[in-house]
This record gives sequence, C-alpha cells and structure tokens, in this order.
Amino acid sequence: MDFRILDLGLIDYKSAWELQKETLRQVKDGRLNAALLVCSHYPVITLGRPACSAGKQAERKNILISESELNLRGIKIYEVERGGDVTYHGPGQLTAYPVFNLEFLRKDIHWFLRQLEGIITGCLSQFGIDMHIRQGLTGVWAGKFKIASIGIAVKNWITFHGLSINLRKDDLANFNFIRPCGMEVRMAALENFCDKEINICRVKEDLISEFRNFYLLNYRPFKEAEVMYA
Amino acid sequence: MPEVVLPSLGEGIEKATLTYWYFKQGDKISQKDDLAEFTTDKATFNLPSPFSGILSKVFFNEGDTVKVGEKIAIIE
Repeated sequence: MDFRILDLGLIDYKSAWELQKETLRQVKDGRLNAALLVCSHYPVITLGRPACSAGKQAERKNILISESELNLRGIKIYEVERGGDVTYHGPGQLTAYPVFNLEFLRKDIHWFLRQLEGIITGCLSQFGIDMHIRQGLTGVWAGKFKIASIGIAVKNWITFHGLSINLRKDDLANFNFIRPCGMEVRMAALENFCDKEINICRVKEDLISEFRNFYLLNYRPFKEAEVMYA
Repeated sequence: MPEVVLPSLGEGIEKATLTYWYFKQGDKISQKDDLAEFTTDKATFNLPSPFSGILSKVFFNEGDTVKVGEKIAIIE
C-alpha cells in the first residue's frame, strides 16, 4: 500500500492547490493509493461553498475589508471547491490535505469529517489543553475558541482540501479581516493555551503520524460494493 | 427511463444541498462527467453522471435541499 507524504513546508496557496489536484488525478487513476500534503501557507483567504457556488462569482460578504486593502497586506483571495465558507491561512498554521479514496476506507462523508476532528485532537492531546468538538459546528474548539478548521471536497469519492490548525498566536490578527465560516467565531491558537513555544515541525510529525495510523487502521484493500446508483 | 438519484453520502446523512449543476437541461453529457455538486456540512460532493445521453429533465434548482434517494434528473 502506497501512502505518500508530501511535506511542502511554507508554500503559496495556489501551488499547493495545484499539487492537490494533480495528486487527486493520480489517486483517481490508481497511480497512487493515498497521499497526505502538509504545509503552511503565506497569508491567504479562501472562499469555499456556500460562500461561492461552482462557476459563479463568490459572495464575499464574510470578507470584511476590500480586496485592494488585502492586496496591500499581501493577502490573496482564492475561490475553491471545498465545503465551508471563508477562512484564512497563514504561516502560523499547520495545514493538511489528505487525498484519500473513501472507497478504501468508508464511503461516508460525515464519518470522514469526524475522523479529521479525531486526528486533530489526537495530535494536540500532548499539550494537555481542554479540547472539544461541537455538534453541527465542524472543527475543534478549546473553550469558547476555535483552534482548528475543516473543509473538504469529495470527487469520485476521493477527498481533497482538509484541515488547518492554528498554532501561533501572532498569526491570528488576520482572522479579523473575515467572518470565519460565515459566523461570529472567535479564533485562538494552540500557543494561547501553552506556556512553551510551539514547534511547528514537531506538531507536523505528530499530525503525519496520526494520519498514518488512521489510514492503516481503516484501510481495506477492496472497494466497497458499488452502491452509488442502486 | 435512466434516472439519476442522489446516492447515499454516508450513515445518517439524509439530505444535501444542491449547489451547482455542471450542465443545463438539454445538454449532451458523457458518463462520469461531473453532473452536479452537493454540499453537506463542511464538505462538497461531486456527483458524476452514471450515463451518457441528453440531460432531458432536472427536478431541482441550485440551492434546493435534496433527500438521499430522490430523483434529481433524467438522462436519455
């Protein structure tokens, strides 16, 4: 079983997005079984659905300042195909894009979202902070604050896009330019809850390990019976 | 008549929002082309066309909520 890890380091959003789509093609064609892309991004805002519908001009009501003001700050906007509304990515976050064929895991979209929440809490459990998930509000929370966001797309039962974990607090100010997920959500970073400095590389290793364990535990070598059009 | 239904998206998922039609009524479509996009929770799901033919009828508009198993289109 081929499980490819691509550690992209600090990378611009568009390059990582293109690589996700190329990886998606490889998994679809059977050239690759599964892949996990991990990275951090230069500051960027992405709009998913329902902020925008495919092929249509995105509704930008949840971006609170003008595009030209964002440009002055070097923050680009991309309209993407994941679920969820608007979010921000920056270098103080760790982002992971699992490109997994759910036909080899479980053809259940909400199950996969719950597994991503479990992977995040598993990865961060060593820090001893009180984390929880909220029914109907996908993501991971610490107290009143959201510390990790999730938004995926599924094409031919293959997942892409994924999750981001806020690690460093100095990167949080840029969330003030948006209404995250289209809601009045207060964001926090892992660093807000820890005394020691967060080592992104260390968290990244743990996140990769959580993903690998999840995949090995749930992988089935045969596709589920074709039930899509039953 | 070849009908397209919203397939099961997983346990406990009873409905999804149709967020986009990739084709419009009357268009020619090939099997496995992306036909429609649905959204549930924080996920989008692309439904490929199960058949080749003409998209002769669609039963929902973008923004509508569709129940799993409901007929969304006819391709003939």
